[in-house]
Amino acid sequence: MTTWVFSEEADGHASPAALELLTKARSIGEVSVFHIGAGSEAAFEELGTHGAATVYHMPTDDHLPSAPAAAAFASLVEEHDVDLILFGMDTTDRDVGGRLSARLGRPVLGNAVDVSADGAVSVTSEILGGTQAVITEFTGPAPALVFVRPKAFAAEPSDGGSPTVVPVATPDFGRSGSAVVVESHVEESEGPDLEAAAVVVAGGRGVGAEEKWAVVEDLASQLDAAVGATRAVIDAGWVPARLQVGQTGKTVKPSVYIAAGVSGAMQHLVGMKDSGMIIAVNKDAEAPIFAVADLGIVGDLHQVLPKLTEALKAR
Amino acid sequence: MRIAVCVKQIPDPATPYQLAPDTHRVVRPNDQVLDDTDRFGVEVGLQIAEGNEGSVTLFSMSPSGSLQGIRQALAMGADKAVIIDDANLGGSDALTTARVLAAAIDREGFDLVIAGTESTDGYSGVVPQQIAELLDVPSLTFARKVDVADSVVRIEQQTSGGYDVVEAPLPALLSVTSGVVEPRYPTFKGIMQAKKKPIDTLTADDLGFTTDQVGDAGAGQTITSVDAVPAREAGEIVEDDGEGYLKIVALLEQAKVI
Repeated sequence: MTTWVFSEEADGHASPAALELLTKARSIGEVSVFHIGAGSEAAFEELGTHGAATVYHMPTDDHLPSAPAAAAFASLVEEHDVDLILFGMDTTDRDVGGRLSARLGRPVLGNAVDVSADGAVSVTSEILGGTQAVITEFTGPAPALVFVRPKAFAAEPSDGGSPTVVPVATPDFGRSGSAVVVESHVEESEGPDLEAAAVVVAGGRGVGAEEKWAVVEDLASQLDAAVGATRAVIDAGWVPARLQVGQTGKTVKPSVYIAAGVSGAMQHLVGMKDSGMIIAVNKDAEAPIFAVADLGIVGDLHQVLPKLTEALKAR
Repeated sequence: MRIAVCVKQIPDPATPYQLAPDTHRVVRPNDQVLDDTDRFGVEVGLQIAEGNEGSVTLFSMSPSGSLQGIRQALAMGADKAVIIDDANLGGSDALTTARVLAAAIDREGFDLVIAGTESTDGYSGVVPQQIAELLDVPSLTFARKVDVADSVVRIEQQTSGGYDVVEAPLPALLSVTSGVVEPRYPTFKGIMQAKKKPIDTLTADDLGFTTDQVGDAGAGQTITSVDAVPAREAGEIVEDDGEGYLKIVALLEQAKVI
């Protein structure tokens, strides 16, 4: 079984998703990587130590990489025997993978939480807020394209050495490659990284209003926790979109997840249900979040959270 | 400017979803609703049309039924709808869905294609990109802000740490996030007008697809099992008596995070 993993470089490193996928892929068989971006030595080393024997590297410029990367990737796939291609679920992963699928005429499966390759490639994905596990088998010609949810596999280095790096020229991509990245903005963030924090304090619509949001931030800062939010809060514009936890946002697995005023919609649960411990505070005793909570406090978060913050301060 | 907006009718998300035991497909009632995330795409399309002498055509692969979700989008102001309604399409995967929608959009002609980021009931999350590749146009995805001027579309693309400004000449495809704009509510007049707006219905055959290319036969994948994921062990749920926070403190101590 030959697996290829997609990787996009950011700040001189391979994407975290690629390292997770490599860790899984090397248990299935031989692994190559299609890597786009600057091409730093550090990124290649990371890919090597996580199991990549060969890294095919395509440099990028200010063009949006999706169409050219899909075209170059398709040529590589046609030149090699590839059984399985793994992507993460970031924007570029979806853009390149979606276009590659259409180009190759091969089906995709998304939201995978596990992949197996005993003969045919089969994929486990969780649907309906993670309550049902669906196993789907690819039946057509290879390769199978799979988009894997973040943190489905833990990244672990192996004893792999430096990979062979093969440069790939950017193809002539014509009309579909004409999009250009004009500006890049990184929004200043404070406190721990949402995706890596040991504790996350997330607020939902139940917080009530933007001017009341401080109740979430105060508790988070007292716990040295990252702040998260539901889609409803993002859509209301109370906090930036990078704080969104859930299907279209980030996937988190902290030791402790505190959900304040979060109802527990399916799209939110899928991003946090694998947290070590879940604590929910919500006025509505019927809120679905209580079904996954280790501790649920039915009450007003504007009473409970400030008392909790004060109690922690006093320690 | 010809604006194509991809929309999907889904079972009301407020009702529990059911999977048919034999096919494992989502059971689709006669009365499906417009996927809430599609209201944003429709609104973006209407705003661009208003500023660029454009028309908005809805495209949807949908089994027949009441079409109330499509009427909802027409009532917002879309000019017409093209529905691909064909029993053979049941069980189609993401790529087949993209092929069918791309063929219908190409047949009608377009300058800009707009889609949501992913549907609420299926969420493979790559159908827009597949459509863009099939139509040979750039894909500007995860837009949180959209401007179209002088045949150039410019978006703010949401990224994990902020946003990028991305632009491309038309024709192009863009996928929008919810929250990109405030979708309008249909007015009474809009609802009345929607009843007279044209809805064209096509089959897969009309678009040149054979029965073995679509539906279950064309999917290249088959569901082998569906099982309930073991639920988390039931936790302790208590009414706050003013001291509820102490229980949280105790649990945080137990988890060794304080």
